[in-house]
Amino acid sequence: MSVDQHFIPTGTVYGTLLNFKTEMAAMQAQMHESPYKAPPQAPVLYIKPANTWSANGASIAVPARVPEVEIGATVAMVIRSNGSNQQIHYVLMNDLSIPHSSFFRPPVKFKCLDGFLGIGSNTIETDKAQDFKLEVRVNGNLVQSLDFSQLVRPAVQLLTDVGEFMTLRDGDVLMVGCDCLAHGKRPLAKVGDVIAISAPSHPELGMLNNTLIAEAA
Amino acid sequence: MKHAVVNYEGERYNAVEQNGQLLLVDGALGQINRLVDFEAVQWLPPLAATPRPRTILALGLNYADHAKELEFKAPEEPLVFIKGEASLIGHCSLTYRPPDVKFMHYECELAVVIGKTAKKVKRDDAYDFVQGYTVANDYAIRDYLENWYRPNLRVKNRDTCTPLGPWLVDRADIENPMNLTLQTTVNGKITQSGNTRDMIFDVPFLIEYCSSFMTLQPGDLILTGTPDGVVDCQPGDVIVTEIEDVGALINTITGTKPSAEN
Repeated sequence: MSVDQHFIPTGTVYGTLLNFKTEMAAMQAQMHESPYKAPPQAPVLYIKPANTWSANGASIAVPARVPEVEIGATVAMVIRSNGSNQQIHYVLMNDLSIPHSSFFRPPVKFKCLDGFLGIGSNTIETDKAQDFKLEVRVNGNLVQSLDFSQLVRPAVQLLTDVGEFMTLRDGDVLMVGCDCLAHGKRPLAKVGDVIAISAPSHPELGMLNNTLIAEAA
Repeated sequence: MKHAVVNYEGERYNAVEQNGQLLLVDGALGQINRLVDFEAVQWLPPLAATPRPRTILALGLNYADHAKELEFKAPEEPLVFIKGEASLIGHCSLTYRPPDVKFMHYECELAVVIGKTAKKVKRDDAYDFVQGYTVANDYAIRDYLENWYRPNLRVKNRDTCTPLGPWLVDRADIENPMNLTLQTTVNGKITQSGNTRDMIFDVPFLIEYCSSFMTLQPGDLILTGTPDGVVDCQPGDVIVTEIEDVGALINTITGTKPSAEN
């Protein structure tokens, strides 16, 4: 198993909405209503540009206008391709968002704030992505457990469906999805909180820690 | 000055326009100062490499007439989406149209290239953060529109579907970017005409708005939206998206799927 302990993306980082069954179910009642009018057919993707990237251990500044942020714990697929030979590595990510309830328009102003993507240090290879189990802690308290056997599109299927319309190049990254809690929302955190994401199923992924701090005025 | 990035005899060069030819300035082999014809090169997006992947911001519904054409009321704040760098291709390239689609259209757009780190910029200072301008053709395939993060990436982030170029024109050479005519022709026939003065959110506003919550870096792009007049494009069609003083970007539609090795 090859392990990279100083990972930072070199390509575009894509995220996936509605790829956990629980999150899909939570939206089910609205899916046929305006403005959506129908459930999504293709993977629902967004981009976390380079300004959002925060290394493991980094503090993440939250603007004063944002009382709480949503935690988006996930694993991401890192594409390693060399000619026709493609490998997938996995890394922990914390895709932070300003809470928002509409998914009609692209979420740039909610998701693309400076520093709003925590990125794990360690990448690993596995061909059993369905075995990933993550735990999210805020100030040491367990707030969420994620089970990656509960995806709408398993990781490899997601990669295939995305590849139908765009090529993921060497270094590109695709997050496989974030889950919600039983009440349909994601866990929240605020300034001063330490968010820790770990993978009891794969301890070699290490821990992804980030502290929320107040943005300098 | 008009800057280009090209491949010539297998090497990548920075170049500038000189009397209807390209002056290759420097490349992997160092300084060369050699004049070549436009036809002798393969054009790449006219952008310097960036240390981290460039952020490509794009605007939807940023001309009142286009918003009306698409049956949307004009937005109250900018409709911003983000594209991946892999969708960019150069001048005189091929763009792939899948066989099963009914409506694929060009979008002629003024593209702003950011010149220095921009964070919480005020609109009065915004032009200080612009390196220059180029032309983007931000193709869309409407068959794939879904109302989730619309315009969704399957519509807007396809391989080969964002031609950019041919030139990066220095900011100083464009007297007023908010008064430039835009025009698109399909096989020589004019199908789209507009003027950048009709943008709902102008370039200084867009820089202020975007930099209010995200830091832009040199080489990042803002594609500022398209006016009225989009039509379906079929394989073999030659599409020229042109902006006054910035350039004429030529693109040809193909029905042959590109190989994925780029």
